[in-house]
Amino acid sequence: IRVHCGRGVFRGGGSQTSCDSFEFHRGEPSWDMKQLLAWIRVNLLKERPELFVQGDTVRPGILVLINDADWELMGELEYQLQDQDNVVFISTLHGG
Amino acid sequence: MPVQCSSCGQNRAALKRPKTGHSLCRSCFFWAFEEEVHHTIVSGRLFSRGETVGIGASGGKDSTVLAHVLKVLNERYDYGLKLLLLSVDEGITGYRDDSLETVKRNQQQYDLPLKIVSYEELYGWTMDAIVKQVGLKNNCTFCGVFRRQALDRGAMMLNVDKICTGHNADDVAETVLMNVLRGDIARLRRCTAISTASDGEGAIPRCKPLKYAYEKEIVLYAYFKKLDYFSTECIYSPNAYRGHARTFLKDLEAVRPSAIMDVIHSGENLSVREGVKMPVQGTCSRCGYISSQALGLPKLGIGKHHRLHGKILAQQPLTQEEERKLKAVDF
Repeated sequence: IRVHCGRGVFRGGGSQTSCDSFEFHRGEPSWDMKQLLAWIRVNLLKERPELFVQGDTVRPGILVLINDADWELMGELEYQLQDQDNVVFISTLHGG
Repeated sequence: MPVQCSSCGQNRAALKRPKTGHSLCRSCFFWAFEEEVHHTIVSGRLFSRGETVGIGASGGKDSTVLAHVLKVLNERYDYGLKLLLLSVDEGITGYRDDSLETVKRNQQQYDLPLKIVSYEELYGWTMDAIVKQVGLKNNCTFCGVFRRQALDRGAMMLNVDKICTGHNADDVAETVLMNVLRGDIARLRRCTAISTASDGEGAIPRCKPLKYAYEKEIVLYAYFKKLDYFSTECIYSPNAYRGHARTFLKDLEAVRPSAIMDVIHSGENLSVREGVKMPVQGTCSRCGYISSQALGLPKLGIGKHHRLHGKILAQQPLTQEEERKLKAVDF
């Protein structure tokens, strides 16, 4: 199973954490979003992971798109990742 | 299990709207979003035919979406407006210089005239220079006071009738919360107004056409439309207080998405008991621009030096202690 994850710099209170785009490979059994987030937290976020995850989900205000559709339509954390899925995290930054 | 669009029933839904809970496909979402802004503009009577409207453009998501939607609606509904982009260059290296590049691209993409006014040309100070002098503690106070006037001055140079800004529903709800938390009754009463009174002398009326648009929808509108916007937070502004209000509101929104509209609704319908003392908005005794105090010295977040304004105006001598308190603005 190959999943592409993209985009994300998450800020708050003057500091930031980021995860770069990455390709994600995994054999069976596939992961759900909850496991993907836990994996990103441990393996990709170098500092201040709380700017990206809160509890076992993303921090409120971060939008998640799975194959360009709002993950709220896809079951959010329970969504089972499929081969060739494309997951995008968009930070809703404040200010202009 | 793809969800179908609840409006057209034909396409795959692209998002769940926080305001209504509806699942919409891209094109139904674009239509609904634009029509709601149109409704806000018409019911708030924000513009009149023939007006020149300056769009406060920072290159960020909100103002980019605002410029795009206003251009679309101006053509779709024949508002008869002359639109232009108005940007302020605060002089912040590594932040505003990059975002202004985005605005310059927007100018090409939307074919709108662009005017950039800079703090340096208006006041002789860039924010970089100010931060060097006063540090990172109170710099936002200067920036806020400067920006308010800079937009007006830019608008006057271009004979603009109205200025509109990209403030969204989340911004307004945050501001309501912050004013409650600070006990700032005067601002609490003003902050939900969709436009500032047009009778004020000198000041150009301002309005917020995206006042009822959720941040989530603005971001997704920009993302799905592939609009070109710049997303970096100002390097000088941790803005801790607003950050707390924002986090709180986002947590509430996660539980109940209508929370944002509810806070705005509460703010709009508050009435202030008669006899509550309100600060009178005055004009600066030196330059005549609107000011909360007689001498338009910026009020800093720390200390109570504004109590000294009476003395300063009367040109009474200050004690050494009082001189010291004023140091921060004495550049």
